[in-house]
Amino acid sequence: MAERSFKAEVKHLRKGDGDVFTGEGILALTKALLENGVGYVGGYQGAPISHLMDVLADAEELMDELGVRFTANASEAAAAAMLAASVHYPIRGAVTFKGPVGVNVASDALANLCSSGVNGGALIIVGEDYGEGSSIMQERSHGFAMKSQFWMLDPRPNLPSITKAVKDGFELSEASNTPVMLMVRIRSCHVTGSFATKDNVPPPLTVKEAIAKPQSDFKRVVLPPWSYIHEQDKIAKRWPAAEKFIMEKGLNEVFGPDKAKLGIVVQGGMYNGLIRSLQRLGLADVFGHTEVPIYCLNVTYPLVSDEFHAFCAGKEHVLVVEEGQPEHIEQHLASFLYRGGKTLKLYGKDVLPMAGEYTGQVMLDGVTAFLRQAAPDILMGQVRAPNQEQPAILDLSKTVPIRPPGFCTGCPERPIFAGMKLVEQELGKSQITADIGCHLFGSLPPFEMGGATMGYGLGPAANAAFDGGGERRAISILGDGGFWHNGLTSSIGNMVFNKSDNVAIIVDNYYSAATGGQEILSSRANNNTKMTQNPIGAALKGVGVEWVRQIDHTYDVAKVRDTLKEALTTDFKGPKVIVASSECMLNKQRREKPIRNKAIKDGRRVDVPRFGVDSDVCTGDHACIRLSGCPSLSLKRLDDPLRDDPIAHIDQTCVGCGNCGEVADAAVLCPSFYRADVVHNPSGFERLRAGARDKVITWLQRRRDAKRLRLEGSPT
Amino acid sequence: MNFVMPEKTPDARVGQIIKLAVMAVGGQGGGVLTAWIESLARAQGYECQATSVAGVAQRTGSTIYYVEMTPASDQMPIFALAPSGGDVDVLIASEMMEVGRAIMRGFVTPDRTVLIGSTHRALAVSEKMTPGDGIADADEVRAAAAIAAQELILADMETLAVGQGSVISASLFGALAGSGALPFERAAFEEAIRAGGKGVDPSLRAFAVGFDAAREGITEAETPLLEPQPTMLGPKVEMDKWQGLLTRVIALPDPVQQMAQAGLTKAVDFQDCAYGGTYLDRLEGVIARDDADHDWLFSTTAAKYIANAMAYDDIIRVADLKTRAPRLARIKDEMGARDANLVELTEFFHPRAEEVASLMPAKMGAKWESNPKRMALLNRLFNKGRRLRTHTLRSFLMLHFLGGLKRYRLRTRRHKVEVAHLERWLADSLKQLERDYFLSVELLKNRRLVKGYSDTHVRGLTKFSTVMNAAALLDGRDDAADWMNRLREAALQDPEGKALDGAIETVRSFV
Repeated sequence: MAERSFKAEVKHLRKGDGDVFTGEGILALTKALLENGVGYVGGYQGAPISHLMDVLADAEELMDELGVRFTANASEAAAAAMLAASVHYPIRGAVTFKGPVGVNVASDALANLCSSGVNGGALIIVGEDYGEGSSIMQERSHGFAMKSQFWMLDPRPNLPSITKAVKDGFELSEASNTPVMLMVRIRSCHVTGSFATKDNVPPPLTVKEAIAKPQSDFKRVVLPPWSYIHEQDKIAKRWPAAEKFIMEKGLNEVFGPDKAKLGIVVQGGMYNGLIRSLQRLGLADVFGHTEVPIYCLNVTYPLVSDEFHAFCAGKEHVLVVEEGQPEHIEQHLASFLYRGGKTLKLYGKDVLPMAGEYTGQVMLDGVTAFLRQAAPDILMGQVRAPNQEQPAILDLSKTVPIRPPGFCTGCPERPIFAGMKLVEQELGKSQITADIGCHLFGSLPPFEMGGATMGYGLGPAANAAFDGGGERRAISILGDGGFWHNGLTSSIGNMVFNKSDNVAIIVDNYYSAATGGQEILSSRANNNTKMTQNPIGAALKGVGVEWVRQIDHTYDVAKVRDTLKEALTTDFKGPKVIVASSECMLNKQRREKPIRNKAIKDGRRVDVPRFGVDSDVCTGDHACIRLSGCPSLSLKRLDDPLRDDPIAHIDQTCVGCGNCGEVADAAVLCPSFYRADVVHNPSGFERLRAGARDKVITWLQRRRDAKRLRLEGSPT
Repeated sequence: MNFVMPEKTPDARVGQIIKLAVMAVGGQGGGVLTAWIESLARAQGYECQATSVAGVAQRTGSTIYYVEMTPASDQMPIFALAPSGGDVDVLIASEMMEVGRAIMRGFVTPDRTVLIGSTHRALAVSEKMTPGDGIADADEVRAAAAIAAQELILADMETLAVGQGSVISASLFGALAGSGALPFERAAFEEAIRAGGKGVDPSLRAFAVGFDAAREGITEAETPLLEPQPTMLGPKVEMDKWQGLLTRVIALPDPVQQMAQAGLTKAVDFQDCAYGGTYLDRLEGVIARDDADHDWLFSTTAAKYIANAMAYDDIIRVADLKTRAPRLARIKDEMGARDANLVELTEFFHPRAEEVASLMPAKMGAKWESNPKRMALLNRLFNKGRRLRTHTLRSFLMLHFLGGLKRYRLRTRRHKVEVAHLERWLADSLKQLERDYFLSVELLKNRRLVKGYSDTHVRGLTKFSTVMNAAALLDGRDDAADWMNRLREAALQDPEGKALDGAIETVRSFV
């Protein structure tokens, strides 16, 4: 079960002709796939399309009814490879993953797919993780389309446009025998809105029917001489077919007056941002009716020369609004103009920044700069010569702290890094590489464990240069998600084969947790449609790792510390792998909390642990926080004139994971922490025993208090 | 041809779009709040669009949700997908530094923005991990908010919501309704909560308090400059002694009295009235060297830090604090335990040879400490984590016994070490009192560096000596006090003392 359940929303996927769907972009995309007779779907989770995978998983029952096959692919490469079904069979297939990192992983399969060409529509839905909220390096997926010759859709960010793009994408793919990438930006994935639904369409040919009549054609295999023919085919047949389809079906849109001296070319995904700028400049109304002509590229690759020239006819100034770098589209359009002998002035990355997200302000500034040069008269006086002084607002940049993501309250990965920190304090700093996943937060303060991340499942591979050994062993970290994605072969196999003497820690939290808690091969839960419970340890043994240590309770900080110390100091030569397993707390809480609350209601005995700090004992040195960073372990100021520094404090969000007590013990910190177990519905015997203890304890306390001075009320 | 187009004015309907941004900390339920706002707007006949950024920001990072709405018509309006600086009508920030971040990003402007913020703090890791006080200054944010917002609603929405058994999204939604920033009736807001269907009753209660907070404002309880001193209770003999000590406090110079009483209370609470007497002896000794020229600053500072030095954190003190009667009541209250529940306690102790030896009689302790073999033996015997289940008699009795060793305490090795350390520090601080008054005050304040247990305590002591020794370098300089203060602040910046080493280097470079 993923972090967010879409079970309730999935019923909207059954809507048909005449209904209206209202909801999130991700869900609308799924609905559009079903309306367009998709035969198989798959993908690999990752923001911003994780929820698309979750919706598909939750909609499996509906898809079964329609005869649609859903696969939770092992990686993006596996997902892209699955589109091979559309090479020979006229079946529509769609896969989804994040871009550009997922596209990087998938690029081998994508390149082969593009060379072979497709018969059935092949759609790759890419969530482009660019700009604010992104968790990856800032690049574009656009370049992949250019190098492999597949087509790229970048629809306007509203539900009708996005769902139409699914239909257009399949048709374009079939019309040009080429896979199509449908790109949706972070905010488009989560944008809400409405669109008119149609009936779901079962695939005309299901994968089950297709496999009954297997097909093959060696001309589609990427081998010479056909690979040369494929390349020629891309240029001579598929490209012109795509251009024709794009023009005939009007996939790109033109808005605004026919005649004007200036115009703006914009990626579909940037359309709303552009309109907002024009609205603010008084050049577009609330519905987007614009006075500046706009050529909206819902297809950003290939660019259609004839269409562009038609848009430019009679214009002297054209601005290209293209987010990200390099400016592929602008360069391409510039070459059209040059080849066509045109002299109109092209603007783009001169008035808009080359790098970075085109936020509202950036867009407004860029469009204003363009208009200042191209048509200063149409700008409002206020914009042309602002005269109103903005009031000075205090500079808070030194006050407000940054707030990067971190481990959640009770995260089982925290004690692993606490253990590593203790080893570092004892043995000195090690060379550490990190991987992709929640555990990457361990590279941030307070732990600062790990100096590089090279990609999903590549943590240990990134330490390969040090595999030859030396004074001190290198450590690498790998998550369970990364392990099954790519790590087993690229990282662990690599270590074994090259006789690495280094240490790898596999952080096993039972899920692909960072992407939203999807299940993977080693997940502990039973899943009706997926094979889970395959131990990582068995896989390690299988590829030849001899030194494996399994930690079943990561909160045992002393054990983590001692195991890592052993791995770093043992005489054993060869890769040493520690599998540290405990369930992702976010998922565990979601699973267990309702059960626990029900048990308490039903009168069953339930023990709820939580931690606390004795404020009189805490000296405010914050050593515990430097080994934790837990959101529920915070600071508070005491109303005590004798105290200078705030002291540690645990708030009511504590889930009682145990890290605080373990760290206080393992690091020999201080005795301020205590664990309080609140026992609900205790048994009669427990009650009696507690009553008796209470009597003795109270008697002892009274006896002592009778002889000494004490402060009234409770200590703070 | 010189054709001039008429000057443009924005479409009035563009101005009618209500733009609302929610800035939250991942995990705070910003998504729930956004969903309520959306459902409210649609139910009220508005066209509405919301966006958010999921992804890893939701793992405790800063995150943002954005909503635009406008009355529905036969055409679809074009909404933006992200807030723009200077173009936000309502900004809801669910934490005080997120209020600051919203202002910093230009989302709060005096011409249009209704700012609804929660004043509570969810501290960022960088604020929490410094050994000193790294908490960001909320007053600066408050001051900036007062300038930046057209209308400002600030209240501790977190506490308001938790008080109703709900979460902050509900109280913020209430404050949004109360602010009148959206053209909808209160009932429509409440209907959106009901339509959501989850935790309806607590949400509605938290909604109501949030609503009132926005309408009537929260009269923030005036915190008095100094808390009233807690009262001492006890047998008559002891109370008489206590009164005697209080009489001595009243005889002290006025500015010193309050701190002296706090210090005295701490010393007596730590040991007994006789110990309190020793505290006052020391303080009076200091006062004799001080005068009213600097408003008794040195003496007031000494009143504070002598008390802290005398109430050192030994096992006896910890055991005493952990077995006192009011503690369990406080914990029960904090944990929200009801009478029907039992509360079981686990304490985490990890005694090492050092702690055991420090508890020995002074001479014996010194002997054992200087003998590595004996210390190794102690470590073998004692050095392991001990989880004491203090609701059970066995563990309670053990701590109760340890906590009762007060009379013996003054003969322990630890006491001897602490007294020696205290006297040396006091002497060092007094040394140049007549020559450089403010440097002397700073030297007293260096006592702040001594804190923590075991390794942390040792590191604190090391930093303390480093900073104290720097007095020799600075002696005679006009800015000595200033530099001493800077050195101490540097020592509080990181645990390893990197910043301190750097600062000492700087000092060495100019002396």
